Amino acid sequence: MSEPYAIVIGLEVHVQLLTASKLFCGCSTKFGAPPNTQTCPICTGMPGTLPVMNRRAFELALQAAVALDCQIAPFTKWDRKQYYYPDLPKGYQISQYDLPFSHGGHLTISDAKGRFEAKQVGIIRVHLEEDAGKSVHDEQAGEADSRIDLNRAGTPLLEIVSQPDMRSPAEAKAYLDELKLLLVYLGVSDCNMQEGSLRVDANVNLHIAGAGGEKIATPIVEVKNMNSFRAVERALAYEADRQFEVWRETGRKLGDVPKQTRGWDDAADITRGQRHKEESSDYRYFPDPDLVPVTVSAKQVEEVRAALGELPAALRRRLETTYGITPYDSDVLVNQGQELVTYYVELAEASGDGKMAANWVQQDVLRTLNEQGASIGAFPIRPPQLAELLQKVRAGEVDTTRGREVFAAMLASGRSAAEAMRALGIEQVDESQLVELCRQLVAANPKLVADVKAGKLQAAGAFIGQAKKLNANVNPNRVREICLELIAKG
Amino acid sequence: MPLTREQVEKVSLLARLRLAPEELATMTAQLDAIVGYVEQLAELDTTAVEPMAHAVEQTNVFRPDEVRASFDRAEMLAGAPKADGQFYLVPAVLGD
Amino acid sequence: MSVLELSARRLLDEMAAGRLTAVEVTQAYLDQIGRHDRDVGAFLRVDAEGAIAKASDVDERRRAGRPVGRLGGVPVAVKDILASRGELVTCASRTLEHFRAPYDATVIAKLKAADAVLIGRTNLDEFAMGGSTENSALQTTRNPWDLSRIPGGSSGGSAAAVAARMAPLAIGTDTGGSIREPAGLCGVTGMKPTYGVVSRFGLVAFASSLDQVGPLATSAEDAALLLEAIAGHDRADSTSVDAPVPPYSEWIGQPLEDLTLGLVREHFGPGLDAEVERAVREAVRVYESLGAKVKEVSLPHSKYCVATYYIIAPCEASSNLARYDGAHYGHRTDEKAMLAERDAERRHLESSGETAAVDELDTALVRMYRRSRSEGFGAEVKRRIMLGTYALSAGYYDAYYLKALKVRRLIRRDFDKAFDDVDLIAGPTTAAPAFKIGEKVDDPLAMYLVDLYTVSANLAGIGGISIPCGFTAAGLPIGLQLQAPPLEEDRLLRAAHMFQQATDWHTRRPPL
Ligand SMILES: [Mg+2]
Ligand SMILES: [Zn+2]
Repeated sequence: MSEPYAIVIGLEVHVQLLTASKLFCGCSTKFGAPPNTQTCPICTGMPGTLPVMNRRAFELALQAAVALDCQIAPFTKWDRKQYYYPDLPKGYQISQYDLPFSHGGHLTISDAKGRFEAKQVGIIRVHLEEDAGKSVHDEQAGEADSRIDLNRAGTPLLEIVSQPDMRSPAEAKAYLDELKLLLVYLGVSDCNMQEGSLRVDANVNLHIAGAGGEKIATPIVEVKNMNSFRAVERALAYEADRQFEVWRETGRKLGDVPKQTRGWDDAADITRGQRHKEESSDYRYFPDPDLVPVTVSAKQVEEVRAALGELPAALRRRLETTYGITPYDSDVLVNQGQELVTYYVELAEASGDGKMAANWVQQDVLRTLNEQGASIGAFPIRPPQLAELLQKVRAGEVDTTRGREVFAAMLASGRSAAEAMRALGIEQVDESQLVELCRQLVAANPKLVADVKAGKLQAAGAFIGQAKKLNANVNPNRVREICLELIAKG
Repeated sequence: MPLTREQVEKVSLLARLRLAPEELATMTAQLDAIVGYVEQLAELDTTAVEPMAHAVEQTNVFRPDEVRASFDRAEMLAGAPKADGQFYLVPAVLGD
Repeated sequence: MSVLELSARRLLDEMAAGRLTAVEVTQAYLDQIGRHDRDVGAFLRVDAEGAIAKASDVDERRRAGRPVGRLGGVPVAVKDILASRGELVTCASRTLEHFRAPYDATVIAKLKAADAVLIGRTNLDEFAMGGSTENSALQTTRNPWDLSRIPGGSSGGSAAAVAARMAPLAIGTDTGGSIREPAGLCGVTGMKPTYGVVSRFGLVAFASSLDQVGPLATSAEDAALLLEAIAGHDRADSTSVDAPVPPYSEWIGQPLEDLTLGLVREHFGPGLDAEVERAVREAVRVYESLGAKVKEVSLPHSKYCVATYYIIAPCEASSNLARYDGAHYGHRTDEKAMLAERDAERRHLESSGETAAVDELDTALVRMYRRSRSEGFGAEVKRRIMLGTYALSAGYYDAYYLKALKVRRLIRRDFDKAFDDVDLIAGPTTAAPAFKIGEKVDDPLAMYLVDLYTVSANLAGIGGISIPCGFTAAGLPIGLQLQAPPLEEDRLLRAAHMFQQATDWHTRRPPL
C-alpha cells in the first residue's frame, strides 16, 4: 500500500432473520406489503400490549453465532434501548445490551485474486433485536410531514459487530461477501440489501505513522446509508482520503472530538456529516421487564453445531482437494450458493473431470443463468445430461467450439447430447477420411507447408480453418496433428 | 450533591417533557427531596447480591413462529392524531 | 333482602334458582350508581345500555337452559386501565382521554367469557400512579365513608364503587398497594395476587415487573370467585405463571389448621396510628381465638422498601410511558401553535444575533413530542417519568437502578426467611386511615410513604390481601393486610374468610 497510513475498519451489520412472523408478535415479515398493513397492537406498541419471543428467531440467531465461532452465553436477557423517533412506536427498541447471547467469534476472509492475505476478522458480538419502522421523508425536507410505515417494526434482526480488523475497502468487501454467503448458506437470512434485509454501518479511522515513528490514530467516524457492498468500498475509500486531509489540516487525533456520524451520498460519491444531538446517545438501557431471560445449555450449543452442515470455507477446501480445482474456481462456485455447488458436484462426479466441469459450469451454465436471470434449480440441462456432452468432448467426438453449439441445442430443444449432435449433423469423421482430407490440404497449400517447415508452427492453424469448411465435423486437434505429420514426412 | 436546575432541564429533554420555569423549580426541589430519600440504599452492602429484575424469575418463554392475521389498517390508524389513510403523519423528521 | 345486600355468591345462586334475573340485579346496581355516584365519583363511565343488554342475554340463556359463564349476570366494575376492544381506556389521563383500544385485555376477555356484566369503568390515579386517586386528570373520587376524604388509590374508583355497593365486584390493579390500600381505606376486601397469576396482557403498564391485576369485593368469598374467573396462564404474557388455577371459591370454606401468623416487628414502629394498631392487634386476637399461633418475625430491609420501590417503579414507568408521544395515538399538541412558537423563537434569536443558538432549538418533531407529553401528563406522572429518566441516565444507573434491583432481592429473601417460620404475615394495610382530599398533594414524598406496608409484596412478587378489621372513632375503615408466600392465594383467601366468618366488619355499609 502506498498511502502513508493504515485504514482501520470495523463493520456493524444488521441482517433480517428468515422467520415467517415478527420477533414479538404474529404479524408477517413479508417484504413489499402496502404501508401499515402488517401491524397489530403489539408491534405498534399500543398501551397494554406485551411481547412474546419468536422461538425460530432465537434458533436462527444461535445457528449464525455458532457458525461464526462465537461463545454462546448460558444466560442472556433482553434490554430496552430508549430513544424517541417516530418509527419506533414504543419509544424503545427491544435489544440486547450487557448480556448478548453471543460474543467473541471470527470469520476468515481471503481473496482469490490475491489482493490481500487470508485473515481472521474478529466478531465482537452477535445479538438479537427488533427492527424499527420506516420513515418516508419529503424530498425538500422541512415543512412537509414525514410519513411513517410500521410494517417493519418488530422484524427480527441479528446485529453482527466485527472487530476493527479490516485494513482496506477490499477486505471490508470480502468480509461482507463472506458473511452474506455464510448466512445465506445457513438459511438464517436472505441478506437482500435492496429489501433492507442486510444493512451495513462502518466505523473507520486511520493509523498514521508520525514523524518519530509513533502511531497516530484519527477520530473514529461512523458511516451510514451505504446501500450496496460496492457503496461500502467506495465510502471507505472516500473516508480514508477525507480523514487524511482533515488530519493534515487540523492535526486532530482520536479523543479530540466526539465520534462523528456521516452518511454516504451515493449520487455525490461523498460522505456528509449528520446532525447529532449530544443527549441522543444516552439510551438508558435497562432489562425489559416484559420479557424473561433465555438460557442455553452447552448441549444445545453442541446440537446446533452438529446440525450446521458444511459451511462455505470447508466446502471450498473440499472442492479443491476432491476435484483438483483452483481456489479461484472453488471460490466462484461456492459463492454462487449451495444449489449451484450441488449441481457442480453431480456434474464433476458424472463426467469424471472436475476441472472440465468447473469450466463448463462457470462459463456456460452461469453465463446462461445470468442471461436468462434464471436459477440453477430450474436449469433444464441437468448434470447427467451435461456430463454426457462433457464426456463426448473429452473423447474427441466433438470439439469444444462445436460442443457449445450442442449445449445451445440441448438448451433450446431439451434433447440429449447425442440427439442434439445428430440433429446438428455432428458425427465423428472416419480416420482414413480425415487423413485423405489433410493430404489434399497439404498438397494444395505449398506456401503454408513452407512456413511450417521454416518453423512457423502456428501456420498449421490455417489448415484447421480450411478443413472445417470442407467438413464441419472434423476434430481440429487431429487435423493439426495429421497435417504436421504429413509435412514432416513429406 | 443537590440536583441542579440544569440537570433537571437536561433530563426533561431526555424524557421529552417540557417544564415551564416555575414547574422546573418545583420539580428540581421535589426530585431533590426524593433522590435524597432513595439514596439511603447506598448504606447497604450489596456487592454479592444478584440483581432481581423480575418478580417471578422464569426463563425461556417462547411463541412458535406462526403468522397471525395483522389488524386492519383503518382500525390501526383510527386513533392516529394525523394520518393519510396509509401512513401515520408526523412533523418532518429531517429539516429545521 | 335487597339485591344490594347480597354477595356475588348469593346473587349467582339466586339467579341460578330463578328467583332473580340478571336484569333485576344489574338494574339495582345501576339505580344505586344513579343515587350515589354524583357524590362518590367512582365511575368515569357507566355503560347502562351495554350492561342491560348483556344481562338480558344471560337471562335468556339461563331460561333456555343454555350454558352461562361462572359470573353469569353479576355486575363487575373495571378500573379504566384495561383494554376492551372498541372502547375507551383513558387511564384517567389527558393523553389517552379519547383513546379506544382495538383489542381485549386477557382479563376483559375472561370476564366477557364468564358472562360478567361489565357495568362501567372506574376512576384511578393517572396511569395508576398514586395512593389517593387525586392524580386522576378526569375526576375526583371520594371515600364513601367520608366524602371529604380520599378513597385511597390508585384503584380508588373500584374500591369506592364496591364500598358504596355500586358494584358487587370490581377489578383493580396493584403496583405498590393500589388494590390493598384503597380496599383498606374504603372498608372492602381487595387482593393483589402473586405476580404472574393474572395476565397483564391489555393492562396498560405502569411498572411492568410490579403490576398485577386483582379483585375487589365485599368479602373474601366473592374475591375468590372473581379471582378464579380472571386468573390463569396466558401465552400472550411472557411473565405469566404457568400453573393451574386452584378452585379458590370451592375451597374457601375450609378453615386453615395449625395456622401460624407472623407479626413483623418493623411494622409496629413509630408512625403507626394508634387506632389502626389497636384494630390490627384485635384482629390478630380473633385469629388466636380461632386457634392460630402468633410469632414475631423480622423483615430487616423493610425500611428500604419505599426507596427501592421509588427507584424501580419510576424507571420502568419512564420507559413504559415513552410511547405516549403523540405520534401514533393519544394526545398531540396543536401543531400550528407549535410551529408558530418555533418560528417566533427562531426570529427572536436571529434578531438578537444569537445565530449559533438557532441550531440548538428543538426541531418541530422534538417540540411536538415535548409539548404533547407535557400537555398530556399530570404532575405526578411527569415527576415519576423525570425520576426514572434521571435514575437510568448515563452515570446513575448503577447507583440507583442496579442498586435497587439488588436490594429488591434482599427484600425477597427477608420474606422467604420469614415464611420459613410462619404461614402468613399479618399487619396493618396502611399506617393511618383515609386522609383529607388535598392534604398531601404538595408533598410527594409524604404521599409515597403511604405505601410503606404494601410495596414490599410487589417487590417480592408475593400475594397480599386487605380485609376490613375495624373503624376509627371517626368512623373510618381500618384494613388488615395478610401476606403469603408465592402462589398461596388459596391460603390468603381462606384465612381472610375465617376472619370474616368470625367478624362482621366487612358487612358494614357507609352512611350514604
Ligand atoms: Mg442495532
Ligand atoms: Zn404485530
